[in-house]
Amino acid sequence: MNNGITLAVSATTTRTLTLTLFVVLVAATLAITIWASRQTKSAADFYAGGRSFTGFQNGMAIGGDYMSAASFLGIAGIIALNGYDGFLYSIGFLVAWLVALLLVAELMRNSGRYTMADVLAFRMRQAPVRTAGSISTIIVSIFYLLAQMVGAGALVALLLGIKAGDTFLGMTAETAKIVTIGLIGVLMIVYVTVGGMKGTTYVQIVKAFMLMLGALVLTLMVFAAFKFNLSSLLGEAAAKSGRTPPESFLQPGLRYGRDIAGNATATLVSKLDLISLGLALVLGTAGLPHILIRFYTVPNSKAARKSVVWAIGIIGVFYLMTLALGFGAAALVGRQAILAQDPGGNTAAPQLAEALGKRYLGGDFGGSLLLAIIAAVAFATILAVVAGLTLASSSSLAHDLYANVIKRGQTTERQEVVVARYSAFVIGAVAIVLGIFARNLNVAFLVALAFAIAASANLPAILFSLFWKKFNTRGATWGIYAGLISAVGIVLMSPIAWGGTSDARPAATLTAAQAKTCGVDAKSKEVSNASALFSCTTAAPIPLENPGLISIPIGFIFAALGALSSKERDADKFAELEARSLTGAGAH
Amino acid sequence: MSTDTPVPTGTEDNRYVSAANTPEFAELRRALRRFVFPVSAAFLVWYALYVLLSAYARDFMSTKVVGHINIALIFGLLQFVSTFLIAWLYVRYADRRVDPLADSLRAKIEGTPE
Repeated sequence: MNNGITLAVSATTTRTLTLTLFVVLVAATLAITIWASRQTKSAADFYAGGRSFTGFQNGMAIGGDYMSAASFLGIAGIIALNGYDGFLYSIGFLVAWLVALLLVAELMRNSGRYTMADVLAFRMRQAPVRTAGSISTIIVSIFYLLAQMVGAGALVALLLGIKAGDTFLGMTAETAKIVTIGLIGVLMIVYVTVGGMKGTTYVQIVKAFMLMLGALVLTLMVFAAFKFNLSSLLGEAAAKSGRTPPESFLQPGLRYGRDIAGNATATLVSKLDLISLGLALVLGTAGLPHILIRFYTVPNSKAARKSVVWAIGIIGVFYLMTLALGFGAAALVGRQAILAQDPGGNTAAPQLAEALGKRYLGGDFGGSLLLAIIAAVAFATILAVVAGLTLASSSSLAHDLYANVIKRGQTTERQEVVVARYSAFVIGAVAIVLGIFARNLNVAFLVALAFAIAASANLPAILFSLFWKKFNTRGATWGIYAGLISAVGIVLMSPIAWGGTSDARPAATLTAAQAKTCGVDAKSKEVSNASALFSCTTAAPIPLENPGLISIPIGFIFAALGALSSKERDADKFAELEARSLTGAGAH
Repeated sequence: MSTDTPVPTGTEDNRYVSAANTPEFAELRRALRRFVFPVSAAFLVWYALYVLLSAYARDFMSTKVVGHINIALIFGLLQFVSTFLIAWLYVRYADRRVDPLADSLRAKIEGTPE
């Protein structure tokens, strides 16, 4: 009884603090945006922030653009619930930056102007290549955007502690989700249309700073709680993980690439899925349009190199800290408490903040305060990422499709920027509507899918464009469309869409709620994935959840076959691209 | 070949094309590729090894080294170390071996106004 009252009081404090910080954050980012808008005049200002950022600033902004709520809350949650396997994600996300550093960033900075397709179309026929590049840019960005927005809706409802049947400011959890998605959508439209790349970049820098600081404070507190002894942190996390044996929590295999006893096919598929995920993570980053356009915001290729190195440092340190946050949440919050809040584990980091605040900042108020701060950091994280995605897709719509395909280059800069602003509005509106429809679907897979498309459709075309003399229009279009269609097609035929059991996908133990959703008996052996998009009981034609292992080779093979099967060759254009990309001569 | 082979002047595009056909440019291309291709192959193999060991060598990865710290954790942390190290080596290499060549060629291309 007494306990219940304390909880209610601290929940109200948390809500008030969280809402206050949200309002402060929104006001601050809007002020930055308005300030940035005064300095945004030309197209280069709008698309590329006037190319005036330093390597360090852009490195921070890249970190802000890249470290999504999926990495902050998602990875900490996976580690808190499944232990070591969450680390696989962090490593893939980090190592991937070497592809960008060594093969893409500087050459792209030197030869492109505003969008990814600028580089792809450099020596090709403009209309078909830009169309393909633009379609791929928009699809990757919208999928990524949806994952962020739906995640944000669920997160805010959780963080404000609105449970089923409960209301807050007259809102049920469901209304709160819709309001959050709408609000985030409106904010990202404002950041992009008003502040352009400059506003977006500063929002990302502020977010990166907040995220690093927040994660650092939590990490130090976690280590302080274990007297700065990593081994005892790990030991406590394993002991509280509820796994048998406890040590398995510190080893790979609880979630990805599982050994399924007595089922060789299922074990093989599970391991292939792990390899497939690893491949998409490491090859996807250098094909993500919202990341690639960040290289245009610095004055030259040397600054682009510096920004990637800074980004590697920032992102690497951040992922090391998520390791401490995840294991810290397992040790100090505990599996049951995390599962009770969110079965997906997304609230593990905020819950950890609350526990640490209670311990080190003085009781319930300290807990509420640190929880509210981390909630605000998570909110800032989401805002910065969605702004970057909206900018990337609207830039491509305006610069690639409108100016260079529809108008065939016959536009003024001013018209182009006007169209880019309208595009941001349209993309934002589409994302809000889709987000509201998808708010209760399990869309976390969309981030991995965005990486898989980036690796399958964009990366082959980018690498071949920059390095292969014989590459041409047909190669670029075949590669992009084949990679795109195969990645999306495989997911539509995968267990993400069809949840039935098969040789490769053994039956899952169902909760009562899952059985009801799927319309089967709780003891049914027909269901393998209860949160499948289309059907719980129909088996998937392709048992892999991650398409990369199949779709990335398809992307590369079709790009190569397309290029070889067409007679189009332009040695002079390639020589010019090489001269520009390697020396930086004539760079915008 | 001397290092100051003049880049022939011509139309805007021609300047790039002729620059791309000089021995200095071939040297620049070689300097860059000599580092980025082998190192890319190496870190991809190193990463693939980590993923494959995580999938197939569970017993090895689970070996404890100190306290609760096992090989899987150390292997994972080594991926961070190698990433930081490669980034640092590349910057050093590019500053010393690539940038001077690129800068002098750029000056030649841009410094011959019509």
